[in-house]
Amino acid sequence: MEPAIAFRDVSYGIRGKEVLRHFDLEVAAGETLVLLGRSGSGKTTALKMVNALLTPISGDVYVEGKPTREWDPILLRRRIGYVIQEAGLFPHYTVARNVAVVPQLLGWERDRIDARVDDLLSRVGLPPEEFRSRYPRELSGGQRQRVGVARALAAEPSLLLMDEPFGALDPVTRRDLQLEFLALRSTWTKTSLFVTHDVREALALATRIALLHGGRLEIVATPREFLAEKSGEARIFLAALEDLPEA
Amino acid sequence: MPATLAHEIAELTGEHIVLVAVALSIASLIGIPTGISLTRKEAWRGAVLGITNVVQTIPSLALFGFLIPLPFIGGIGKRTAVVALVLYALLPILRNTLTGILGVDPAVVESAVAMGMTDRQRLFRVELPLAAPTILAGVRIAAVTTIGTATIAAAVGGGGLGVFIFRGLASVDSSEILAGAVPAALLALAADGGLGWIERRFARP
Ligand SMILES: Nc1ncnc2c1ncn2[C@@H]1O[C@H](COP(=O)(O)OP(=O)(O)OP(=O)(O)O)[C@@H](O)[C@H]1O
Ligand SMILES: [Mg+2]
Repeated sequence: MEPAIAFRDVSYGIRGKEVLRHFDLEVAAGETLVLLGRSGSGKTTALKMVNALLTPISGDVYVEGKPTREWDPILLRRRIGYVIQEAGLFPHYTVARNVAVVPQLLGWERDRIDARVDDLLSRVGLPPEEFRSRYPRELSGGQRQRVGVARALAAEPSLLLMDEPFGALDPVTRRDLQLEFLALRSTWTKTSLFVTHDVREALALATRIALLHGGRLEIVATPREFLAEKSGEARIFLAALEDLPEA
Repeated sequence: MPATLAHEIAELTGEHIVLVAVALSIASLIGIPTGISLTRKEAWRGAVLGITNVVQTIPSLALFGFLIPLPFIGGIGKRTAVVALVLYALLPILRNTLTGILGVDPAVVESAVAMGMTDRQRLFRVELPLAAPTILAGVRIAAVTTIGTATIAAAVGGGGLGVFIFRGLASVDSSEILAGAVPAALLALAADGGLGWIERRFARP
């Protein structure tokens, strides 16, 4: 089957600095591929290539078999749910309007949007009666992030890009949302590309883990294979997890 | 205060307000769209801001003088006055439109793009609402200075409260000067307060 997303020999740089080097990666339809890597390793950059916020310097990113250069970027972006690292909510919109952005751009009917918004807010643990009409500045960082997740899911995209969606959450809420994510995943057919620097989160959620190091893809492995890695960047991440001195 | 004087003050104040309102409306109609297009065309920014800046530095009496001999926009009368006032009001409106839009949080703009908004949708749904308080502040500054500058319009037959001031200067009659200056100052204060209030309404969603 055709991969939902494919990076083919993609390189990217900014101001003479190479950020991604000869990046090759396929994300199969329905899988949750986790991009793991240290801060600055190029995870966000790779994600932004998928919805054409960035264009490769060389190589191509294919979405559903078509290079992003050939997609109408507006259509492409409306089909892809995107959770932004800093949430990026619209400060002049209420929570409900923020979640409704893409459905509204797609011209959904009012009633359908309202029902969808309430459903999503409950799912991410924000009771709609309480949160619907608040503004982003009236939320905590973690609550904003959850609105960001609800917004990305709103238009029922088949493709999800999630950039550290649970980054600003306390461990308990984080665990709740991870479990909710796993439960959702068993019922949906979405493909997700999920960014994190937390190896524990990667192991819990991934069907496969792609490990980035300095703009290069070091390994792509299932969580089980990843745990068995004996060397390189993977070992360093695992050592941090086990709190062992580095081998 | 004799009834005739009161009557004249009311009439010239009305004339003054019309002059300022017309000039401000035209300056906004030119300045806001120009400011918006400058946010999209970085190459033009320096040149356009430079020209409006230079216009701003021409002493107002001199500018009115320069305009008189020009065809269509010049001559003696209201039209010349309005043209000069528009030229002055343009800079603060243009500059604030530009800085207001460029000042919108880049993460918010990026998220508008990432949600699949077109350029127009991004402008009207995100950038303009968030820049509105800054743009209004530009209009307010333009309003206050235009109310003052408009008193000079009387020199080219533009009417308004400047009529008192020039008459007072000619006859060395300070009460005439006050009859023009005091209402002009009060108008400026009222405009500042009124537009400031609207601005604050916009700042709170
Ligand atoms: N606009 C930019 N200008 C200059 N350098 C940039 C820009 N965007 C990214 N970079 C650089 O590219 C590299 C990769 O950035 P990227 O945002 O992809 O990292 P990341 O893996 O998402 O990190 P983090 O976990 O901290 O979010 C970093 O070294 C960063 O400094
Ligand atoms: Mg990042």
